[in-house]
Amino acid sequence: MQTEAEAPAEEPLSLTGVTRRFGAVTALDAVELDVRAGEILAIVGPSGCGKSTLLELVAGLQEPDAGAVRVAGSTAAAERRALCAYMPQRDLLLPWRDALGNAALALECQGVPRRAARCRAAPLFERFGLAEFERARPAALSGGMRQRVAFLRTLLPGRPVLLLDEPFGALDAITRLDMQEWLADALAADPRTVLLVTHDVEEAVFLADRVTLLSPRPGRVVDEFAVPLPRPRTVTDRELLELKARALEALRP
Amino acid sequence: MRYLLAALLVALFVLAWQGIASLDSVDDLTLASPVETLEALRDDRDLLADNAWVTLVEVLLGLAIAVAGGVLLAIAMHLVRPLRDAAYPLLVASQAIPIVVLAPIFVLAFDYGIGPKLAIVALICFFPITVNLLDGLRSAPPELLKLMRSMGASRLRTLRSVELPASLPFLFSGLKVAATVSVIGAVFGEWAGAEEGLGRLVLLGNNQLQTPRVYAGIVILTLMAVWLFCVVALAERVAIPWNRKEETA
Repeated sequence: MQTEAEAPAEEPLSLTGVTRRFGAVTALDAVELDVRAGEILAIVGPSGCGKSTLLELVAGLQEPDAGAVRVAGSTAAAERRALCAYMPQRDLLLPWRDALGNAALALECQGVPRRAARCRAAPLFERFGLAEFERARPAALSGGMRQRVAFLRTLLPGRPVLLLDEPFGALDAITRLDMQEWLADALAADPRTVLLVTHDVEEAVFLADRVTLLSPRPGRVVDEFAVPLPRPRTVTDRELLELKARALEALRP
Repeated sequence: MRYLLAALLVALFVLAWQGIASLDSVDDLTLASPVETLEALRDDRDLLADNAWVTLVEVLLGLAIAVAGGVLLAIAMHLVRPLRDAAYPLLVASQAIPIVVLAPIFVLAFDYGIGPKLAIVALICFFPITVNLLDGLRSAPPELLKLMRSMGASRLRTLRSVELPASLPFLFSGLKVAATVSVIGAVFGEWAGAEEGLGRLVLLGNNQLQTPRVYAGIVILTLMAVWLFCVVALAERVAIPWNRKEETA
């Protein structure tokens, strides 16, 4: 087994002095960020702090106006796109494909033939609590199930970095709680480097190893703290609630 | 219930038609009554059937050309931005030309055969198909296109998996319009010069004061257009089941 010292110095994901402007509006201002391999980093900020822009920058869908975005040492957008699996806010399932076909879509985009892609997606349906819904169209699925299909679609190509943009924002409070626990389990079983964007402080401290707080526009890193709590966690954990209070304080000075 | 109401309205229309046709002040040469029209449909059935067949073939072949050409043109214009910008004004101009004027020129160019009829049917039918499909191809949400890009999808993959399926409801709207106007196109084509077909029969009947026969021809032409519309509507239900499911949900 490799020791820490022998591991390559390259961070799987880093942002240095990243600035992004849209006309006169500065969405992100000199953002510095490092994510270690296998780490779950949550980025929390109010609406309009440029969280989604940040994810699209990492995903290789946008380029920064200043600074550098590196994924596994590479700044090239095409390279970033190939290393990151991006999960947007809305599930964006295709209404004309069944659940299995939707889960297989990312694989098909990489050139895996349709049937083979479906075969690779099928065994995971059981584990994702989607058994027997393989042939169901998205319209027939609940919000939580749709989100799980979308997450399966994100995981299947096996890319090392996951970029999750408010994955549970559209769900009701109870379903969201279930899904957060479910996501924690899924990531424990299949560890990846994760950048999770959310406006929900509780979600951040529950899921992440580390939390970075962004200020409202222009987005700037205002605070950062580790969440050194053992897993599995519970949302009612006292230390978790203390961290939540600290984060809220920093966000509302 | 929906069909019952429609049937009721048709029945009312036929009754009103019969009523007006029976008025003394209405000239028999202007308006044949439904009963006279039915008699013409019965007495001239062989003549009408032969000519209806000719017109139907023109309509179906012309439509087929319009669908093939219209779909290919829309996809090409969607994929190649400069082509879209360059061809759009021409596309609109092609519809501004009065078909009545164009038809005789086509007859001069293609002779009396089926050629000019196909050209006219195709010319008026491709437009709703192309314009609707173009809108449909652009109807996929931008976030979805972004997602496809992040997943490494090629241009053709995005077209096949996202843009084309998303455009189907638009394509069928265009097809419904095309199906209804196709019959009009065939009639225009025949009026400009033809040896057979319902359009020619109606024109001839008009000149020879065979009013019931003219009305019988019109009824068949109308039914043809309605039938085509229904075929397209049925195909739509088969081709885009997800659309229908969402409606009932």
